[in-house]
Amino acid sequence: MKQTISHGDVQSLKRVKGLFALVSPWLGRILLWLLPLTFLAIFFFLPLSRVFALTLNASAFTAENFKIAYSALRFTFYQAALSTFLTLLLGLPSAYLFARYDFGGRSILRALTAIPFMLPTVVVAASFNALFGQRGLINNLIHPSSFILHPFIAILLAHVFYNTTIVIRIVGSALSSLDPKLEQAAHSLGANSFRGWWYVVLPPLRPALLASTLLVFLFDFTSFGVILLLGGSQYTTLEVEIYIQAIKQLKLPLAALLAIIQLVCTLIFSILYTRFVARAAQQLAPRSVHPRKSKTIFEKTIITAFIFLLSSFFLLPLASLPIRSIFRLEADRGQRGEVQYGFTTDYYTELFVNRRGSVFYVPPIQATLNSLSYAGVTVVLSLLFGYPAAFALARPSRLEKILDPLIMLPLGSSAVMLGLGFIISYGKWLTSPLLVPFAHTLVALPFVIRTLQPAIASIPQRLRQAASSLGASPFEVWKNIDFPILRRATLAASTFAFTISLGEFGATLLISRPEYPTIPVAIERFLLQPGGLNYGQATAMASILMLLAVFSILVIEKFRLPNSGEF
Amino acid sequence: MLEVRNLFKAYEDKSLLNDISFTVAEGETICLLGASGSGKSTLLLIIAGLESSDSGLVLFNGLELTNTPPHLRDFGLVFQDYALFPHLNVNENVAFGLRMRRIRQVEIDERVATSLELVSLAEFGNRKVNDLSGGEQQRVALARALAIRPRLLMIDEPLGALDRTLREDLLNELRMILHQAKIPTIYVTHDQEEAFTIADRVLILHNGEIVRAGTPVDVWANPQSAFVARFLGLGNLLDGEVIAENRFQTQQGLFTVECDHKHSNGDKVHLLVRPLATDAQRELNALNGIVADMIFQQDRFKITLENGFYIYLKEAQEIGQKISVQVKVECLA
Repeated sequence: MKQTISHGDVQSLKRVKGLFALVSPWLGRILLWLLPLTFLAIFFFLPLSRVFALTLNASAFTAENFKIAYSALRFTFYQAALSTFLTLLLGLPSAYLFARYDFGGRSILRALTAIPFMLPTVVVAASFNALFGQRGLINNLIHPSSFILHPFIAILLAHVFYNTTIVIRIVGSALSSLDPKLEQAAHSLGANSFRGWWYVVLPPLRPALLASTLLVFLFDFTSFGVILLLGGSQYTTLEVEIYIQAIKQLKLPLAALLAIIQLVCTLIFSILYTRFVARAAQQLAPRSVHPRKSKTIFEKTIITAFIFLLSSFFLLPLASLPIRSIFRLEADRGQRGEVQYGFTTDYYTELFVNRRGSVFYVPPIQATLNSLSYAGVTVVLSLLFGYPAAFALARPSRLEKILDPLIMLPLGSSAVMLGLGFIISYGKWLTSPLLVPFAHTLVALPFVIRTLQPAIASIPQRLRQAASSLGASPFEVWKNIDFPILRRATLAASTFAFTISLGEFGATLLISRPEYPTIPVAIERFLLQPGGLNYGQATAMASILMLLAVFSILVIEKFRLPNSGEF
Repeated sequence: MLEVRNLFKAYEDKSLLNDISFTVAEGETICLLGASGSGKSTLLLIIAGLESSDSGLVLFNGLELTNTPPHLRDFGLVFQDYALFPHLNVNENVAFGLRMRRIRQVEIDERVATSLELVSLAEFGNRKVNDLSGGEQQRVALARALAIRPRLLMIDEPLGALDRTLREDLLNELRMILHQAKIPTIYVTHDQEEAFTIADRVLILHNGEIVRAGTPVDVWANPQSAFVARFLGLGNLLDGEVIAENRFQTQQGLFTVECDHKHSNGDKVHLLVRPLATDAQRELNALNGIVADMIFQQDRFKITLENGFYIYLKEAQEIGQKISVQVKVECLA
């Protein structure tokens, strides 16, 4: 018999590598969790506790502070409730349309409604501005109308634009798993149309309705970029108020108080949502309904009209941004007399020019480079922390049941609050540009873990055992088995992290240094400055960001495991 | 070579392996035979180092392996579901263990080719493993385990998922390969025919214990316990009571059987009635009954009697007919 490794070799190697065998399963798990938990402790739980501590400071509890908090809270609830109502108004018929009817371009329209959800807030805000704003397409092209959308209505519409896809997804999937024969049976038993709906269709849909309503409300409640960029100074939600108090007024105790109020609210909504999601998931029946073509002329007319409305609502803002970025509609600052209106590439070429040359002015191309390098570091960091956590979560023990919700917590806390925590805890390091990617990693980590975890769980343990019995050490098993199989999921997770970092606005606005702006921060600066050229450059940058985001969405959809990563 | 000494393993308070001890000698093929859930696969994983035992030792050439991680044990393992790496092709799968051993590429190519030839898959090197049939996948898994020239080969239910004719072909092929390779082998199966075809020695596992060990001929001739006789389907089982030396009272009447162990009157014993008719002159016992059913089996007839017993006869019998056949009866524990 031939032997490749004689027993003496094994014995000598044993002493070195036998360590792996001696590592108990528990110790292995703790090693896996070491990095991600340390990261969360330093960059999430410590800042969070500092925010808490600051709230307990006596100076936070003043009558004036409570007045500000109360008015912010009231407006936050008001706009969130109204936005949610409008979202349901558009979302429910859309969900019904997609679940029950078959028409040309159905899947394209469905994809179109899903795009906004993944877009950075500044892009959505810039899109609405480019369509409805004072310098937007409608106001400048349709001349006699002089149409400017009221800022509050712009906020509401942007929220509907963002979140309709949630209703379509959650309610739509519940609807399509509902047997239409039930309704027919109700009719045959003597129920009229309304009673058929009320008693047979609605009850099984209720968990899905509640879940989607709560989720939409949660997103509207914590909305920041849209309100700051579209609402101007007069509309302040809790999020915006935290930002103003922390950055503009420098009242950190008040900002902390607001943040805690916000956290308590979102926590309550998240808990309620989790409960309804669990129930909604139970209710889904395995049989699904095939969508059908519309039959009567009446039905056809209504459906065509609704499809037209839906597609224009989603297409117009998305299209108007790139269109506005290549048309000069107003004079640049300081430009008098001869102004060439119409098609231009100036806004894009200007991005590469440092026109003002001041110390604190950064050319847009520099912001783009900043964003790209931040995004690169975010990808590396979130994979570094996400991989071990996803590995541990893929084969959960009792420990993971406790840690799973803990590691998802940053998802429930707002970006502005994360930024505030960073300012309070690490104020002296704010001059370092390194803090930004850590904040981005915090936001991206739950998404990265939720993308990797199902992919890791899908690899049979047998493959690892086979590799091990063929002589692969634990690291070689990871390198030769896990990693190649996980390449697709890794790519999807990286793209997630990359896109989130590129578009992150709330936390970045609070902690980024003026000399290291990111693309969204630069867009915000340009948007708020006077002059056609600044505005044009804002739309040009937002268009580039939109293109990057849409490309990323396609990559993620292509490489993610099907049926995974719902949040 | 391999020695397993007093292995115990429990899973969630349920005993899975209970004091398992056996050895595998150089070039020997032993077969672990047992129903599913009898702990066979767990035993393989423990020997491979992929699972830990609660107590007991695994030794190879007298050296204890507890602290040797699986990748340094040099034991080839062929999994029940093959566990071929889906992202690698056939060549890369077979080369995997050699790559892990940092062997020169030239030699890897050579050994991969030899291994694939051994399992008659020489032309399949560049195929994707997912495009192969079950039998081909099984052979790639075997080639992959053989390529590393393991000190011990372990095969877990390799033919379970295959259809009957393919199984017989592969079984014969496997037998030849194992003889050629002269690698000590542990072969796990629930199929006694497979076990008896391939094994030099059979270990029968029941509820985590080895209930019988021996060569196929020995086990067949001398099952020793009612469980083994029933599990192997050796014949009709009878409950008997000792009424005098070598005399047993049963539902079928009195039997005279020579017994190896001593019994006292009133002891309960199991008797095994082999279903073959024997020479009437030498055998003292007869099986009587009315023919209830008859099945033609190529060179013989399987006759089932109304009392539930069965027997093989050369000639056809008429249903409803009363017959009496001289049979061999053995005494079990």
